[in-house]
Amino acid sequence: MSNIDMSAPLGSHVTLPNPVSTASGCAGYGRELHRFVPLSSLGTITTKTIMPYVRSGRPTPRMAETPSGMLNSIGLQGSGIDHFVEHELPWLAEQGARVLVSIAGERTEEFAEAAARLKGQPGVVGIEANISCPNVANRGLVFACDASSAYETVRAVRDAADPAQPVYAKLTPDVTSIVDIAAACTQAGADGLSMINTLLGMVVDADTLRPRLAGTTGGLSGPAIRPVAVRCVYQVYAAMRAGSVRKVPILGMGGITSGRDALEFVLAGASGVALGTVLFNDPSAPVRVLEELESALAERDFTSLQQAIGFAHTGN
Amino acid sequence: MDREIQRSESPLSRQSRPTPTQSSAEILALEPVGAYHRLVLDTGSDVAARVSPGHFAALAIGGRDSSMLLRRAFSIHRADPGAGSIELVFAVHGRGTKALAAHHVGDSVDLIAPLGTPFPLSGGPVAAVLVAGGYGSAPMFGLAEQILDRGGRVGFVLGAASADKLFGVGLARALTPHVAVTTDDGSYGSKGRVTDPLPGMIRELGATEVHSCGPMPMLRAVTEIATAYGARSHTAVEEAMACGIGICMTCVLPVVGEDGVTRFERSCTAGPVFDGTKVRWEDAGTLPAGLEGADAMNPHRVPAR
Ligand SMILES: Cc1cc2nc3c(=O)[nH]c(=O)nc-3n(C[C@H](O)[C@H](O)[C@H](O)COP(=O)(O)OP(=O)(O)OC[C@H]3O[C@@H](n4cnc5c(N)ncnc54)[C@H](O)[C@@H]3O)c2cc1C
Ligand SMILES: Cc1cc2nc3c(=O)[nH]c(=O)nc-3n(C[C@H](O)[C@H](O)[C@H](O)COP(=O)(O)O)c2cc1C
Ligand code: FES
Repeated sequence: MSNIDMSAPLGSHVTLPNPVSTASGCAGYGRELHRFVPLSSLGTITTKTIMPYVRSGRPTPRMAETPSGMLNSIGLQGSGIDHFVEHELPWLAEQGARVLVSIAGERTEEFAEAAARLKGQPGVVGIEANISCPNVANRGLVFACDASSAYETVRAVRDAADPAQPVYAKLTPDVTSIVDIAAACTQAGADGLSMINTLLGMVVDADTLRPRLAGTTGGLSGPAIRPVAVRCVYQVYAAMRAGSVRKVPILGMGGITSGRDALEFVLAGASGVALGTVLFNDPSAPVRVLEELESALAERDFTSLQQAIGFAHTGN
Repeated sequence: MDREIQRSESPLSRQSRPTPTQSSAEILALEPVGAYHRLVLDTGSDVAARVSPGHFAALAIGGRDSSMLLRRAFSIHRADPGAGSIELVFAVHGRGTKALAAHHVGDSVDLIAPLGTPFPLSGGPVAAVLVAGGYGSAPMFGLAEQILDRGGRVGFVLGAASADKLFGVGLARALTPHVAVTTDDGSYGSKGRVTDPLPGMIRELGATEVHSCGPMPMLRAVTEIATAYGARSHTAVEEAMACGIGICMTCVLPVVGEDGVTRFERSCTAGPVFDGTKVRWEDAGTLPAGLEGADAMNPHRVPAR
């Protein structure tokens, strides 16, 4: 294997041995994936989004396969933050996993509550605030679709969270200007940005003549959305270079299936890459993608991941 | 909760889930059987030795660049530990199974197996009726052999829409004289549903266990009959799955837990075999009353704290 320095920054004082993570909601809390990939070999494992309370999620059908993608409407099923801290986190820490805990709430205070519960917890290397969900206090408008809600929520999470834990904001591409939302999040103190979440989509079943998903609409993911994701990362990184968004690491995701796909995100400006839908097809993908990314960097004469980050922006 | 959930302790052992293996499996045989296809895969490992009846396999179709990202789940029909192979029986349903049927001997498919919670088996002899609809019979012959090996007795009730969609009537007859066959159109066996001969078969054998695999309305009806005749009902469900390994949460069903609380359980890990009396069949596809955490789905609820 090549001698590429694969270390990746997670925040100003947290560095990961490699940039490959799992995308929230695509690896549960790690137990099942661990049978295919030792969790300690991942840069981080991002948990399924956890709320302060138990949530059943949406009724079935919850998914539909689409060309090079899928729609899901899981609806954040989970047992709540206390259950996670008591029953899942100790096991993850035991495996040597570096855990990025994805949290959410329906109100700003609920985000803060979940973040506070993670203070000082072993195994937690950071928090990802999944602000791509509806804000009950703002007529159900998605936090990440409104710069002031995004600001307020990221600020509240940053204030409530352990100062040693970097806070990432997870952004939705379903906005007019993702750069404006990125600017609001970094102003609010976000230590990193995760992008992108799924795009809102829908399938109507031509046999039943009705929407396929019980939730009517769902989130589109997989290679079908990769060009949208790369565009988002590129635009936000460009704004960072121009000084209109504070410079923080970007965790890029959306349809990554290979090291070459991962490299595309890195060149566009991502410091880390997360694998989502590909895990359903190939649960051992993280190991493969990391190896492929390392070779892809070597073949292009990079000696470190760091050198390649944002390289697509140079010289043009 | 308005339903009865107290059941006597089952003497059958819930089997622990073995660690699944992901491998590139070579196709050793692929041929039509009636309306179905029989697929034999070389697992190249000890996968076959770890298979119990009711386990399933999840296949990725079309290689790494395939536009079909999601896994397809199939019951394991047979496992041959000596040859290291497993056998599946599948119907062409949509794009993935159509593509699978067009494969050739010598091609490889990405396989994950064994998966899921299999049928529970007792240590000693029991009398059991095995009920299946269509290709749902695939896992039942291995199960029958295990029950017979333990000194038990088995009967089969096999049903399908039409004669070509029956699978394994000959296999069943080779194992036991107690075989009833039904078709919806009467093209084979008696015209009707598997639930018609089931009560008679339970009585004939003095069965205490009913194992079933097939569409949900069938599993629900079988459970009602089994329960009415004092037998336990073990049902293998077929819920739409994206991953098959427990990481996507698409395959959930409302299932009543030991504590009497209904939760959305994953049919790929907690199932596919469930105690049929614990599945809230009529509530599948809804957020039923009493489902844990369903209140949190209502945005107008008053926050709990
Ligand atoms: C535990 C289990 C055991 C099964 N055993 C068998 C078997 O022995 N023989 C057999 O022919 N079929 C079996 N099925 C059903 C089989 O998985 C589907 O027919 C198949 O996935 C359809 O794929 P497709 O590409 O043709 O259809 P598509 O509709 O294109 O599939 C799209 C997606 O939906 C999922 N999906 C669609 N229908 C089903 C379904 N009925 N069940 C589960 N997932 C579905 C697919 O996995 C895929 O991810 C089983 C299903 C489960 C859950
Ligand atoms: C089944 C499924 C569940 C998901 N659940 C979550 C979630 O709980 N929280 C979240 O922030 N994103 C969730 N996502 C979005 C992913 O984390 C990711 O942002 C998106 O799928 C794009 O990456 P991909 O194309 O590699 O899957 C989910 C995606 C899928 C497919
Ligand atoms: S199929 Fe993915 S969790 Fe069951």
